[in-house]
Amino acid sequence: MASRISNRFAALASAGRSGLVTFVTAGDPAPEATVSIMHALVRGGADVIELGVPFSDPMADGPIIQRASERALAKGMNLRRVLEIAASFREQDQTTPLVLMGYLNPLERMGYENFARRAADAGVDGILAVDLPPEEASDFHRLMAAGGLDQIFLLAPTSSAERISAVCRYATGFVYYVSVKGVTGDKALDPDEVRARIQQLKAQTALPVGVGFGIKTPATAATVGAVSDAVIVGSALVEIIEQAATPDAAAGQLETYVRSLRTAMDAGRAAA
Amino acid sequence: MNANNLSEISTPLHPGALPDASGHFGPYGGKFVAETLMAPLAELEEAYRQALADPEFIAEFERDLHHYVGRPSPLYHAERWSRTLGGAQIYLKREDLNHTGAHKINNTIGQGLLARRMGKRRIIAETGAGQHGVASATVAARFGMQCRVYMGASDIQRQSVNVFRMKLLGAEVVPVTSGSKTLKDALNEALRDWVSNVDNTFYIIGTVAGPHPYPAMVRDFQAVIGREARAQCLAQVGRLPDAVVACVGGGSNAMGIFYPFLDDKAVRLIGVEAGGDGVETGRHSAPLSAGVPGVLHGNRTYLMQDEDGQIIETHSISAGLDYPGVGPEHAWLKDSGRAEYVAITDDEALKAFHQLTRLEGIIPALESSHALAYVTKLAPTLPKDQVLVVNLSGRGDKDIPTVAARDGITL
Repeated sequence: MASRISNRFAALASAGRSGLVTFVTAGDPAPEATVSIMHALVRGGADVIELGVPFSDPMADGPIIQRASERALAKGMNLRRVLEIAASFREQDQTTPLVLMGYLNPLERMGYENFARRAADAGVDGILAVDLPPEEASDFHRLMAAGGLDQIFLLAPTSSAERISAVCRYATGFVYYVSVKGVTGDKALDPDEVRARIQQLKAQTALPVGVGFGIKTPATAATVGAVSDAVIVGSALVEIIEQAATPDAAAGQLETYVRSLRTAMDAGRAAA
Repeated sequence: MNANNLSEISTPLHPGALPDASGHFGPYGGKFVAETLMAPLAELEEAYRQALADPEFIAEFERDLHHYVGRPSPLYHAERWSRTLGGAQIYLKREDLNHTGAHKINNTIGQGLLARRMGKRRIIAETGAGQHGVASATVAARFGMQCRVYMGASDIQRQSVNVFRMKLLGAEVVPVTSGSKTLKDALNEALRDWVSNVDNTFYIIGTVAGPHPYPAMVRDFQAVIGREARAQCLAQVGRLPDAVVACVGGGSNAMGIFYPFLDDKAVRLIGVEAGGDGVETGRHSAPLSAGVPGVLHGNRTYLMQDEDGQIIETHSISAGLDYPGVGPEHAWLKDSGRAEYVAITDDEALKAFHQLTRLEGIIPALESSHALAYVTKLAPTLPKDQVLVVNLSGRGDKDIPTVAARDGITL
């Protein structure tokens, strides 16, 4: 059965558009704010939502998403409640693909099989465990596949051709190209380097390739969107939430900002 | 005596020695890192493999341990303390006498030589008590490398002497204010630095944890402790000890002294965790005694975590043991039953600290005092002809302010 994620990417491809994947941390600034923030992202033009599962030790994240995790954990957020948020989002939105992104330990603690079943029941479409490379993923892969979840894996500037094919053997839905050597929200990416790497990746996989880490502005989103299947934006959105006066204000500002990304990306494709 | 023959590290202890080719000790260990670090870990693994096969690397490591660190460290029969406890004979493996005051330097010499061999000009390290930070800064100074040490803001407060030592040595000490502001957060921050600077930076992990190959590599560099202790015990006592005791935070001094005894099945191996206020209070740093397996900092091991899989804050009077995880090989030795793990409270460790100081004229590190405290319980239960070897992993100079404050004294 084709997943919501692959359906969405197929539709984007046939429309000649690049997808916009938006990341926010579940429970930031408060658990009850997240569902309306997710709907605001969709209204602004997000094609896929990535919902961060907060973890006490977010080793691959820069300070912006670290602080979001700390805020969410301080409000009692945990994996069980992330799944409740997902289910609540699905009550009003049955079409936007939803990916959970986080670290392995909370998934292990819930149990892979238990997690896969509960996530699928909640309407989650994919899972990205940042600290799980394919070498360690055989049980995980089997049990997530049994639950019908797409498995998003990272590729990096340091990934060799052998690693790219190893990752692409397990990956479904799309692959996530980390465009900089660094943590989330770190440095700005180099568009020429990204373009060259995307071409290399496309030669090795039929999966859509999304590009994330280091995309902060509509202009960069347009540049990257011109050469990739999706643009992934996280820290810039989380920073809006951090600086907004209220959760409602955050939702409004996020919608406006996401629309500016979407508009720039569509204009970029039209010009190309 | 040829206890310093490090070429032994290039041959497995016994066939089927762990870790396996992918870095696992049974279900533990492995490489759980984001994709960007997989390539530098593979590069490190290959460089380490080649270094072990290079007699020049081994010879230089041996030379440095002998002439710079001051090895072999003595195995000292603490007769007065043994007599007072009234049971087994206690021998102290004097890692406190090493250059920089602890066992940590064995590993930083090894990794520093490897960094130089790999052409890396920048060293980063995490530190808890500051001993590994000092040992890393020492090596960086000697090799003319840039050095940055990440240290939890809480630890910076309680280990101010070591912070100043690192600065004297030319290192930049970066306070880490995220999370619990201790060793685990310093490790997170060092991993973030590494991922951002993989091309020119060598990350010297200070304990037998982290992603493969670190647990095996750090153990191999520290195994000189056990090789010496084993040979010294045979030479001085005429037989192997009945038990070997060491404190366990991440577990590098314990793994270093245990490893050469793994095949001596009659020798009990006892790891002593930090019980903090008492394991039953929940305020401790004893994952092997009261934790659950999980994944943190690149490996699967026993962790202090809550039912949602979040890592919980640890408590110990000793900054060097204040860590929610433990090296994956210890997790394996626990499950396989080859080693035993116990916990000692802050108060028990302090009592042993004072006892050794007054009876033997040796001021031990608070970390090592946990191992000593367990010996004060164990030795009296054993006959006088039994032999305990304890790893005195570091000296207590750095802990004087902590001990004074605990006694209400302002220095």
